Amino acid sequence: MAAGFKTVEPLEYYRRFLKENCRPDGRELGEFRTTTVNIGSISTADGSALVKLGNTTVICGVKAEFAAPPTDAPDKGYVVPNVDLPPLCSSRFRSGPPGEEAQVASQFIADVIENSQIIQKEDLCISPGKLAWVLYCDLICLDYDGNILDACTFALLAALKNVQLPEVTINEETALAEVNLKTKNYLNIRTHPVATSFAVFDDTLLIVDPTGEEEHLATGTLTIVMDEEGKLCCLHKPGGSGLTGAKLQDCMSRAVTRHKEVKKLMDEVIKSMKPK
Amino acid sequence: MEGTMHADAKIRAETGTESGPRGPGCSLRHFACEQNLLSRPDGSASFMQGVAEKSREQLIRNTCEAVVLGALHPRTSITVVLQVISDAGSLLACCLNAACMALVDAGVPMRALFCGVTCTLGADGTLVLDPTAKQEKEARAVLTFALDSVEQKLLMSTTKGLYSDAELQQCLAAAQAASQHVFRFYRESLQRRYSKS
Repeated sequence: MAAGFKTVEPLEYYRRFLKENCRPDGRELGEFRTTTVNIGSISTADGSALVKLGNTTVICGVKAEFAAPPTDAPDKGYVVPNVDLPPLCSSRFRSGPPGEEAQVASQFIADVIENSQIIQKEDLCISPGKLAWVLYCDLICLDYDGNILDACTFALLAALKNVQLPEVTINEETALAEVNLKTKNYLNIRTHPVATSFAVFDDTLLIVDPTGEEEHLATGTLTIVMDEEGKLCCLHKPGGSGLTGAKLQDCMSRAVTRHKEVKKLMDEVIKSMKPK
Repeated sequence: MEGTMHADAKIRAETGTESGPRGPGCSLRHFACEQNLLSRPDGSASFMQGVAEKSREQLIRNTCEAVVLGALHPRTSITVVLQVISDAGSLLACCLNAACMALVDAGVPMRALFCGVTCTLGADGTLVLDPTAKQEKEARAVLTFALDSVEQKLLMSTTKGLYSDAELQQCLAAAQAASQHVFRFYRESLQRRYSKS
């Protein structure tokens, strides 16, 4: 009976739950889904992390390669993110060139990396003007159930914390790079940006961490990326219903609490991994 | 070409100068608008304000979708084509303004008008509205907002750089004040156009 009503009138079905201040999966309006993270599972990558936000699953693999630094910034390396939404994660995606959602997500992650200064690009330089590291961060969604941006940001952060780069010295005589695979150093992660996404319903209600169905029924979405000092790296609101300044303030405070939760989770996982 | 009206709006700061460093408070650059310039499409507008593709398209599209009353035109596709003639900073805001004026010119039913406002935060926290390309590059943070005309609610926002929560509220308030000027300009230019024809 309920399943029939849900198919015919999904929005009304949803409103019944919202009136009682809860959602069909039993969560409160401000509650996140169970977040699990697995760091360092891909041995062939230099750094990797798998993040699950409820059903949404994103895996991030980081590979480091050599490249010549850009001519206008000879002491900087590169960080190149790419978000892939393959057909296996959801029936809405087809195989072929990246669709708009994947491109927007890739641009979003690139903006977060750039704005938050999570890695100082100067740290990636080996020899100014000649050699630098380029970190290819590939984020692949394995299961799409809404809130892809939060999962991607978390996976990226966790994977970058896991990256170990070998020592590289330039041999003076041959001018070739010599890689010492025995000595590896972790990257210097300066800030920890954490994303919190909201969905706007009926122009008034804000719910946190929308699932795939909720995103579809929502009239707008908002993603806030905050670092540990409460500074905002990104306020991404791609259209949708309007928000007042007061509602934005509520979102900010929720984002602050979320940041603490995520940081605590990640620190626990990394601490449990350290003896290697 | 029928009914081309060139409407000028000069918004000046209290000091009465237009160029040079602008103080805080609402001071937007000179802007002009021409409508119905192309005969084939249903509506068109060029918005000249002051002298990253798919992402920008998505932002503009979602903003238009939130405002246009799509339910009145089922099975219809509304295509908005924006051609950049020259970019002197605040590009996304200018695109949003042009899109809104074109939709109005086409007679598409909307629940509100919207406008784009860009503001930058300098290294010492100074707020500059409607920055030039040079000011954008030197700024610590660049924030672009799309606001609606009914209650100045935030329809769209995209930001670059690092800033605090308090600074965001400050920029939003300044943008809301500036949007009043833009909406007044929309009204004037439309009045002038329809009063002549």
